[in-house]
Amino acid sequence: MNRYLLRRVLIAIPTLLGISFVIFAVLNLAPNDPMAQFALNPGIPFEVRENIRRSLGLDQPWPIRYVKWIWTLVSTGDLGYSFNSRFPVAQLIMLKLPVTIWVLGSAYLISILLAIPIGIISAVKQYSIFDHFVSAFAFIGFSVPTFFTGVLLILLFSVNLHWLPFIYDSTLVVKDTDSLIKLLKQSAMPIMVLALFQTATLARYVRASMLENLPLDYVRTARAKGIAERLVILRHVFRNSMLPVVTLIALGVPGIFGGALITEQIFRVPGIGSLVISSIETSDTPVIMAVNIVYALLVVAFNLIADMVYAFLDPRIKYT
Amino acid sequence: MSQARADSFSATASPTSGIRAQKVRTLWSNSWRQFQRHRLAMVGLVVVTAIFIGTLVGPFVWTKKIGGVNFADASLAPSLDHPFGTNDIGQDLFARVLWGGRISIAVGITSVLASISLGTIVGAIAGYFGGRIDGWLMRLTDLFLSLPQLPFLLMVIYLFREPVRQMLGPELGIFFLIVSVIAVTSWMPVARVVRASFLSLKHKEFVEAAHALGVQTGRIIFRHILPNVLSPVIVAATIGVGGAIITESALSFLGLGFPPDVPSWGRLLYDSLNFLEVAPHMAIFPGMFIFLAVVSINYVGDGLRDALDPRKTG
Repeated sequence: MNRYLLRRVLIAIPTLLGISFVIFAVLNLAPNDPMAQFALNPGIPFEVRENIRRSLGLDQPWPIRYVKWIWTLVSTGDLGYSFNSRFPVAQLIMLKLPVTIWVLGSAYLISILLAIPIGIISAVKQYSIFDHFVSAFAFIGFSVPTFFTGVLLILLFSVNLHWLPFIYDSTLVVKDTDSLIKLLKQSAMPIMVLALFQTATLARYVRASMLENLPLDYVRTARAKGIAERLVILRHVFRNSMLPVVTLIALGVPGIFGGALITEQIFRVPGIGSLVISSIETSDTPVIMAVNIVYALLVVAFNLIADMVYAFLDPRIKYT
Repeated sequence: MSQARADSFSATASPTSGIRAQKVRTLWSNSWRQFQRHRLAMVGLVVVTAIFIGTLVGPFVWTKKIGGVNFADASLAPSLDHPFGTNDIGQDLFARVLWGGRISIAVGITSVLASISLGTIVGAIAGYFGGRIDGWLMRLTDLFLSLPQLPFLLMVIYLFREPVRQMLGPELGIFFLIVSVIAVTSWMPVARVVRASFLSLKHKEFVEAAHALGVQTGRIIFRHILPNVLSPVIVAATIGVGGAIITESALSFLGLGFPPDVPSWGRLLYDSLNFLEVAPHMAIFPGMFIFLAVVSINYVGDGLRDALDPRKTG
């Protein structure tokens, strides 16, 4: 197990290097100049601009800058400074991360808690009205793009009913019940949008996995032993069906981070997603690099976690 | 199966006898029969076809202009004159949605064709040749799978928008850019499926027979093995069209897609955001069309998956 883990981590390293190299190369091969914002400013003469360029290290060829960037990152954990805000990038990300994790985390948790019972019931009562309803809901839920659900929710809850605000207030500090309610109100719609999509996707997996296990021999054995149907479903079938689902839950985390980009943009949630978009729009290379690395790290890490969890839960699997 | 073969055999063997075989059951007609049993897939097929024909023929029938400014008719609610209402500068939304459909569907189909071809070629080469080539190609596939898709898409489009636009013009340029980035970031699952099938098929007798007959490698790959891999690829392609429409809409929705004078569905939705309170119809109609198109395409894909599954042939 440990050797397997070690090998997996070692394989992940070239992947991460490859991704960072691809992104760095794309950023630097593009004919976009991070200094362009100064070019139109008559207050900054050409020499000053060149000095800024040199002070940021942008006069060196990009392969050298890449090696320097990766070396600083590995040796000191330093992700550099944002060109725009002159803020350390790591600090910038840490500043935005809590909001994103709050919204994504609650949405994912809600969808897991909803999807599991929904999936179980609709598998046990296959072809019932409930099952047809769930199947249709799940199909629609993952086909409708999040930006449209977001717009519909805004139309319903903000424009028509005036229940919820549709712009996320980042300055809100939770110190009493009133501000807590305010926070819950302003997070409700982004969480709903994400939870709807994830519930739909997960419920399908839970249902499919349950259906795969239900006709198996061990289920018949359990029933033959006289175990109550409830226990057969919950103790025997459910536990076995959860194996692939747990993996899928872990594998879904990077995807939900990607999807959050759009949701954060609709509701103006000041999280990682909005940081990506604003940094791309201002050619803030260090921030773009760092956020992409964080995303890639998430993908690689959760792939690893998924495998680990699977091996831990299923004693039949032995990794060497 | 043997019955079907006997039927078609007798039909071809005695054409002069006047007795035609009642039903010639080919692989495709079997699949079609299976597909028809999936009711929702049939509904999806009808809806997709309707949207398809509507966007192709519609602009010739509904001849209201999609450009131009007419503030007298700004933000009108749906009426007989404007079935979907008008937008903030008085353009007819129905005409714009029809045009937008052309663009969204064109992006969807073109990018899927590109991504399927790329994935099939990579998968076929990796699976057929194996060894070191396979190792490197699969490493590349893994790399692309770990690439954060949406941030990467946004970055590439933002950075290369201007030069490509200067090279190919504002409309064709952004079309080309969007199609190629969607293709480059979505070919991996197909490559994996094709590779897996090639690995198991390349040692089968019919391939050996082809080898023995002296068939060239390229012909073996494309004419002998590839047709056997077609069904998962067709299913992936169908569902991919829906995915590509969503991706294009998402890009336009984030303001990084088509310019405002090219009304793709996502762009129309993006344009509506500032007028949600005064003109909700500006958001609802384009959004409904994205949703309808994608749900229907996904149902068709679902039906195809069942229909092309050899275990379910009835």
